[in-house]
Amino acid sequence: MTAYRCPSCGYEYDELIGHPREGFPPGTPFTEVPDDWPCPDCGVRDKVDFERVAEDDVE
Amino acid sequence: MEARAEHVHQHRQEEVEVSPAAWTDGKRYAWLLGIVIPFAPFIAWGLAGLTEFEGFWFIGPVLVFVVFPILDLAIGLDPSNPPDSILTYLEQDRYYRWCTYLFIPIQYAGLVFACWLWSSGDLTTVGNVGLALTMGVVGGIAINTAHELGHKRASSERWLSRIALAQTGYGHFYIEHNRGHHVRVATPEDPASARFGESFWAFLPRTVVGSLRSSWGIEATRLDRLGRSHWGPHNDILGAWAMTVALFAALTIAFGPVALPYLLIQALIGFSLLEVVNYLEHYGLLRQKKEDGRYERCLPEHSWNSNNVASNVLLYHLQRHSDHHAHPTRRYQALRHVDEAPQLPTGYAGMIVLAWIPPLWRRVMDRRLLDHYGGDLSRANIAPRQRQKLLARYGVVR
Repeated sequence: MTAYRCPSCGYEYDELIGHPREGFPPGTPFTEVPDDWPCPDCGVRDKVDFERVAEDDVE
Repeated sequence: MEARAEHVHQHRQEEVEVSPAAWTDGKRYAWLLGIVIPFAPFIAWGLAGLTEFEGFWFIGPVLVFVVFPILDLAIGLDPSNPPDSILTYLEQDRYYRWCTYLFIPIQYAGLVFACWLWSSGDLTTVGNVGLALTMGVVGGIAINTAHELGHKRASSERWLSRIALAQTGYGHFYIEHNRGHHVRVATPEDPASARFGESFWAFLPRTVVGSLRSSWGIEATRLDRLGRSHWGPHNDILGAWAMTVALFAALTIAFGPVALPYLLIQALIGFSLLEVVNYLEHYGLLRQKKEDGRYERCLPEHSWNSNNVASNVLLYHLQRHSDHHAHPTRRYQALRHVDEAPQLPTGYAGMIVLAWIPPLWRRVMDRRLLDHYGGDLSRANIAPRQRQKLLARYGVVR
């Protein structure tokens, strides 16, 4: 499982946690998140802008 | 390239390390003045009672549309920023968030008080209408408080945001603003970004209807992913509106149907006040499309800013709007002036009054927008119906 970080505000989409409120239950791979899904915290950047977080760097 | 420029910029600001003890926030106690607005019905009652002058019931609009524009002119600008090294500390200081929380109980105490006054029969029609305008202004400024709280990650603050919005029936703003406006700001697709050549009176119905439609679409997409009904209890827009219905129903039951028309008037005025602020925040500004068809990210040049102290205190630094769009979750006390941001000639309070009078607005703003784009109007967000006319008038300035 991997996490992806919004380059603007630092929000992390962790595949283990998903984002149940947004309709991505725990375990939803990031590839299943639509490309135009904006960061749920800041809305400044979209899914395609997110950066993969190194495994040992997941908070 | 983009990342490097940002790095250099930050580095420059961080040259001097400042410890929290060595820096004082000049505006720290000024933020408490924000609660003067929700106190307006009580102040009006006190002054009108003392003097028997009915004009005091209009204190809300007089404060925001007359007193604050004058204060902006008298006090002037303050472009100073907290040092970057102190931003985290400043954001964690809970005092600042309590200044915004405090707004809400006073807001609702005032609304109950106003309903009691409307039902008492003690006021003349002029007094009742003045009080409705004052409550409308409180409701509009409450949307600004809701805006500050709605951007935060804590669910408690997001809840407070929705409560503050209930007075104006604008609960869908919480969804549309964060997930719609911030994503599409300064593009023709954003109903809340005003276009060059579009008067406030043309913008108002477009943004009210467009924002409503957009928020519903955003919520419907989310509910579809969840496999839930659009018209069920999981719809946050319906939940927010239910709060307003419950509030107005409770006040009508408690104080009689006489309060209801005034409640509706104040809600209309409240959200119109929000929308006039929306109008001036991005007037004519446009993000360019990149080769891949996506818009460039929102930059400082895509929001109108102002460093006028009085309006900045009234609106929790909303006028440092470019920094807000760069860092929407950043708390108001830590928002910074950005040199690259286009500046309005005066504070938002005065610009609101200009926006109501389209010929004056155009006289002040068109030239500014033209200068911002170096005379190249093709880079502006132009109202489609005005396009030919405006290009003919300004097209070959270069």
